[in-house]
Amino acid sequence: MLRDITLGQYYQTDSVIHKLDPRVKLVATICFIISLFVVKSWVGYVAAAIFLAVMIKLSNVPFKYMVKGMRAIVFILLITVVFNLFLTPGEVLVSVWKLKITREGLQLAVMMAVRLSFLIVGSSVMTLTTTPNSLTDGMEKLMKPLKIFKVPVHEVAMMMSIALRFIPILLEETDKIMKAQIARGADFESGNLVKKAKAMVPLLVPLFISAFRRANDLAMAMEARCYRGGENRTKMKPLKYASRDRIAYGVLAVYFAVCIVIRIYL
Amino acid sequence: MGIIRTDKLVFEYIRRDEEGNVEGITRAVDEVDLNVKQGDFVAILGHNGSGKSTLAKHINAILYPTEGTVWVDGMDTKDEKDLWNIRQEAGMVFQNPDNQIIGQVVEEDVGFGPENMGVPTEEIWERVEESLKAVGMYKYRKYSPNKLSGGQKQRVSIAGVIAMHPKCIILDEPTAMLDPNGRKEVVRAVRGLNDVEGITVVLITHYMEEIIHADRVFVMDKGRIAMQGTPREIFSQVEKLKELRLDVPQVTLLAYELQKSGIDLPDGILTVEELTRALLTVQS
Amino acid sequence: MSIILDHVNYVYGGDTTLAVQALKDVNLVIPDGQFIGLIGHTGSGKSTLVQHLNGLIKPTGGSIYFNGEDIHEQDYDKKKLRSKVGLVFQYPEHQLFEIDVFTDVCFGPKNLGLSKQETELRAYAALKQVGLEDDYFYQSPFDLSGGQKRRVAIAGVLAMKPDVLVLDEPTAGLDPKGRDEILDQIAKLKEETGITVILVSHSMEDVAKYVERIIVMNQGSVMFDDTPGEVFKHYRELEEVGLAAPQVTYIMQALYKNGMPVKTDVTTIEEAKQEILRTFGK
Repeated sequence: MLRDITLGQYYQTDSVIHKLDPRVKLVATICFIISLFVVKSWVGYVAAAIFLAVMIKLSNVPFKYMVKGMRAIVFILLITVVFNLFLTPGEVLVSVWKLKITREGLQLAVMMAVRLSFLIVGSSVMTLTTTPNSLTDGMEKLMKPLKIFKVPVHEVAMMMSIALRFIPILLEETDKIMKAQIARGADFESGNLVKKAKAMVPLLVPLFISAFRRANDLAMAMEARCYRGGENRTKMKPLKYASRDRIAYGVLAVYFAVCIVIRIYL
Repeated sequence: MGIIRTDKLVFEYIRRDEEGNVEGITRAVDEVDLNVKQGDFVAILGHNGSGKSTLAKHINAILYPTEGTVWVDGMDTKDEKDLWNIRQEAGMVFQNPDNQIIGQVVEEDVGFGPENMGVPTEEIWERVEESLKAVGMYKYRKYSPNKLSGGQKQRVSIAGVIAMHPKCIILDEPTAMLDPNGRKEVVRAVRGLNDVEGITVVLITHYMEEIIHADRVFVMDKGRIAMQGTPREIFSQVEKLKELRLDVPQVTLLAYELQKSGIDLPDGILTVEELTRALLTVQS
Repeated sequence: MSIILDHVNYVYGGDTTLAVQALKDVNLVIPDGQFIGLIGHTGSGKSTLVQHLNGLIKPTGGSIYFNGEDIHEQDYDKKKLRSKVGLVFQYPEHQLFEIDVFTDVCFGPKNLGLSKQETELRAYAALKQVGLEDDYFYQSPFDLSGGQKRRVAIAGVLAMKPDVLVLDEPTAGLDPKGRDEILDQIAKLKEETGITVILVSHSMEDVAKYVERIIVMNQGSVMFDDTPGEVFKHYRELEEVGLAAPQVTYIMQALYKNGMPVKTDVTTIEEAKQEILRTFGK
């Protein structure tokens, strides 16, 4: 059933990584991504691989879940590899018809593939170990300084968490409306693109009306419960750094320093 | 003075056509005087479109009167400085369970109200625990609302309101979208709040079996209060209720039909036991 | 001419540990022209069951036959089946989408590929059948009252001229009068056209007055399948699975236990009244 789809592919288990403050995980993910572009040598990638492997081990999430995220980007990965492989000028290794594979191209292609896969796996360590809810909380807290520049940080975070709450409900509703229209002879599958687009009207109109009705109801319910924006609001689950979070920041700093050292000296 | 009081409350809204021209004015609530005592269980009945929901939304200051006044615990709802106090003291539960739960976890949703009020973190946890216990949902505190039944969702909504420590709670057709089991669960929870916690309850519904235990019943029609009294007084007027597009529990209807056929039964029978006893008395 | 469900099973969630068996070995024969109440609490499988009747859901085991033909045969025309077995979903007014009532009702027959004239004739007849007045035909469906919207939605299915009409909770959210009006209208339609009607509900009280057969679902299985009077005799078992017999059943049972010689298998207030008056010798 659609209702059982949990977004953000959170994997429920107990681990050190799960327990970390979401801010630590957000910062770590960003640092890790940057580090992938900082290092330029094979030694650097080995360092990144070790760091990633340790994190995956610590997270207690089966490796196949990490790889699942890769499936979605296989196509992008292939394009990147192909482009780099054939379009980089340099010392020619193989030449087929008009296409030439160069040593530099091969190097670059492999590097890009490694970078992209590390990037995806690295981010999925975060999404698999953090509930969407605490992720929004973490973002809200991290971006708080942006308030000075009139960025509505609290509102954006609230919007994200409401969206996360309603996506499964709306998915289920889509399914229901679709079935009801099929019962009235609607056809969502056959025909060309124009016909298909037209066939969506009986689905989209009721869906939009329902979404607006829900939005209206929810706004009223929130106001009735004294919601008036982020000012003077307290938190039921405030984010607080524990000693493990400070240690994690330490580890992260060491890793980042190593990456810079590798970049400069190796 | 009662906890909720209205004086000649009128609410009108303007109907417009597609071009925005005024087509007419509809009076949804028409000179309603209401006085609800602290600790009472009050039921408001009425068919769809009778104005009962519009009336309810005035108590929580979601709507403001066109004419007349609404006081909640002595505060005029039109007075802007008291707005948040009124919304805290008069909590509101709505019809659709899906459209009023904000949190992705039960306990977080119950904590939403207190968070908005600026209650300190530790106290929020205490309130969430006691509220969920009061509606019998404590063991579901870590659940996603999407995994709960309709009746359970409504009980979470009720807990979310009690966590704000209101003096009264207004329930706007909380059972309309539920199955019989869900309805029973919710009504039981609401009665518990009234009996045990002493919270004033205003229950809006069109299910007659839910109001048998109310202290006072108001029946609305065309924006006005058409009938008021104890459940027994109301249920003894079967014909009038039918005129107002309502019905009575089967047992009351049967007693009424038997009465019409010449069997000497008392007015306003509400339960199976009452009817059985009355019929046995007549027989002997 | 009938619907036959032969050992129908339905499991959703596939082969994971989360798999749920929504229907367990359901065997039913639905002959032409019956008025049936399908009762069960939320999650009993009744909504899943009705979606099998017009092929919206394919059973994971067993077969469904409509007029003798297996509806999941390769070349079976599903679209035709859906016009013959009309399914009105819960809160059907949420599926309205056209600019006016009449156009919305035309949607079904138009999808069947009928001529414009035939489509409009059918839409008109269907709107008449649900008792909607002409004044509303060219209004936006969203401007109507809740009860009226529901009638329009039901007309949208009726316009396909189904042989079987299945209504999932047609009275949900309506007030008592609105509920009675819709049910009376359906009963009248049944009387006039002789179509098979399946009324899905969780209220015994609502359907007892109308139907000739009640199918009680519990945990995906058929628990009872009999006349209302026979089904309500099992009121204790019904209670155990979270359903209740109509209040009159309890009244008659209480009277009987207290020594009053009344029959206990009455299903409506009228019958109960006659029965009590009889014992009083009136």
